[in-house]
Amino acid sequence: MRTSELIAALSADPIPEPIRLGRRIAVALVIGLVGALAIYALICGPRPHFDEWLRTVRFDLKFVDSFAFALPALLLTLRLARPDARPRALALWLIAPLVLLAASVVGELIVVPRDEWLSRLVGQNSMFCMMAIPLMAAPILAALMVALRAGAPLHPALTGALAGAASAGLSALLYASHCPDDSPLFVATWYPLATLICVGVGALAGQRFLAW
Amino acid sequence: MMRASIAGDEGAYRRLLEDLGRSVRGMARAAFARAGTGDADIEDAVQETLLAIHLKRHTWDAGQPLAPWVYAIARHKVVDTLRRRGRRRIEPLENFEEFLAAPEAEDPHALSDARKLLETLAPRQRDIVTSISLDGQSIAATAKRLKMSEVAVRVALHRALKSLGAAWRRSIG
Repeated sequence: MRTSELIAALSADPIPEPIRLGRRIAVALVIGLVGALAIYALICGPRPHFDEWLRTVRFDLKFVDSFAFALPALLLTLRLARPDARPRALALWLIAPLVLLAASVVGELIVVPRDEWLSRLVGQNSMFCMMAIPLMAAPILAALMVALRAGAPLHPALTGALAGAASAGLSALLYASHCPDDSPLFVATWYPLATLICVGVGALAGQRFLAW
Repeated sequence: MMRASIAGDEGAYRRLLEDLGRSVRGMARAAFARAGTGDADIEDAVQETLLAIHLKRHTWDAGQPLAPWVYAIARHKVVDTLRRRGRRRIEPLENFEEFLAAPEAEDPHALSDARKLLETLAPRQRDIVTSISLDGQSIAATAKRLKMSEVAVRVALHRALKSLGAAWRRSIG
């Protein structure tokens, strides 16, 4: 086939209703979050005396941290979905939640006596945390993947990994309201591990489904 | 021009694709020369790029300049084509705008793998693509000949182009 012939076929192809990538991803987010909420209602639910705990710093920090991670990850995913993406400045924002987390760990180490460190790190609920975060992230990641197929990421695996990170961040935001362990020592250990699972799955899925 | 094309101006879109095709050909030729490979697959890279531009045109943000977007896609596709030939890397090319300014003519004898890939399409789809692209028939004429509605021909053509893209991707393997 000659190129001029291909061009003839392409320009005869109807120009459909333009796809709005941003809108697609927004719709996917809503669908994914509904799924995550359903799983949340099914397996966890908020912990007792939720509103009283809201006044404690450790409890609130979990939400701030999850949100500070989910937001830049999501924006980066959105940007990487276009081939001419320039993500650099935005990527720096991913450092913010890490700094926050590290600072809160240092603070915790200062205010809590040494012999309590380990019990706070291990917590009561680590295995459930490792399971619940990826489980609630799954519908979000799946919906994002479907939406991102309309995109054209130059780095499919990286884009998928970031979609995984975003879904883990949003899932952690939900999960934090259930999890009985509030110590930054616990959060800095188990939440990132659960996130890594989602990032890995996202990278594999990205490589598989987002190449074009 | 891309804006007019996305808005549905078929003639403008065709001229745009022809312009971009020439620019991409110049760029691909330079990249192939630098990689030290022959010219055989240049037309493949050009056609893959044009198809990708077509199928992914909604990822161009109308507020952004067109050249970096086209260049990113072209580079991606040229790298794919070179990789298929067993070459690992090409040097980045900084001056794509120059190629936009100095388009090259298509070699009238250049054929590509696309013909082979056409064989992988369903017969009806292949028929439609061939009649519109190779024989230069209009959508209306094709619809009449195949006793289909124009809308059905358009839908089938669109599906065929998408599966052509998928077949190309599989052939990278």
